[in-house]
Amino acid sequence: MRVAVITFPGSNCDQDCHRSVEIAGGSASYIWHREQSLGNAEAVIVPGGFAHGDYLRPGAIARFSPIMETVARFARRGGFVLGICNGFQVLCEAGLLPGALLRNASLRFQSHDCHLRVERADTPFTSACHRGQVLRMPLSHADGNYYADPETLAALESEGRVVFRYCDPRGDATVESNPNGSLMGIAGIANRRGNVLGMMPHPDRAIEAALGSVDGLPLFESLVGQTHAAEVVR
Amino acid sequence: MTQSTPNPSGPNRFAVQVLVTPRPGLLDPQGKAIHHSLASLGFDSVAAVRVGKAIHLEVAAESAAEAEEAARAMCDKLLANPVTEDFRVAAVASAGETR
Repeated sequence: MRVAVITFPGSNCDQDCHRSVEIAGGSASYIWHREQSLGNAEAVIVPGGFAHGDYLRPGAIARFSPIMETVARFARRGGFVLGICNGFQVLCEAGLLPGALLRNASLRFQSHDCHLRVERADTPFTSACHRGQVLRMPLSHADGNYYADPETLAALESEGRVVFRYCDPRGDATVESNPNGSLMGIAGIANRRGNVLGMMPHPDRAIEAALGSVDGLPLFESLVGQTHAAEVVR
Repeated sequence: MTQSTPNPSGPNRFAVQVLVTPRPGLLDPQGKAIHHSLASLGFDSVAAVRVGKAIHLEVAAESAAEAEEAARAMCDKLLANPVTEDFRVAAVASAGETR
């Protein structure tokens, strides 16, 4: 599986994502945001960081980078797109995922481990997980407070598009385990077709024992293990 | 110089103030924090605080109306997030000749 990792000015997790893909058995390459081609990539990762300094709003300027038009086309054709942290914000701003990420309810930059409950194990990003599995990985953001209007939120829930929810170590989605005020404790969502996923926590920072957790690795193994990708995209 | 498409070397420059505010009903933790702070300073007449941003543009255009219209298009496309924010083109004043 060939995975393109987009690098914007201000991206700071592109190398983490590159390494995650390689450790999971895929091959990764960097694509600079000014490029217009994804080459022969079969999946795209929009990494974390502060693209364009997060000026105006996180992701607001990045979504107009030349490569994003290609990423949008790629997503519309069914290509796999994973947005992590700032990448999630970019995908929301680009309209590839619904809703928005507001300032954390605490008004603080949150940087600590969190627990996530896998709500869907039948996506290209979670197929190596099982439903109800609890993953521990870091989060690191100031604007991770997921918001969508009530209709959108109801649709996300009824269509089973909430893929990850913040929870406690036992898997209970409690108020205390919600780090940023996200509605319904949402940590990650997919588009209707299921080929685009955005999440605030960092699986790319939980891929090796030395990092304190390997719970992020199954996400990359899931993605890298997708065999029908090339066919879907071409 | 074309009459229909203003550019930075167009005839007039207008100062356009754009106000971007969080949608009513949307949680605004900044506004809430400021509200608390004001209350603790004795400003107990304050019923609510909302925090948005002001963006000052200098727009080259044939007329004030045209400058406003351009600013609205900028809000739709970039300056405001349609999911969470409202915007208002608050003031248009001539910023003088560009030449």
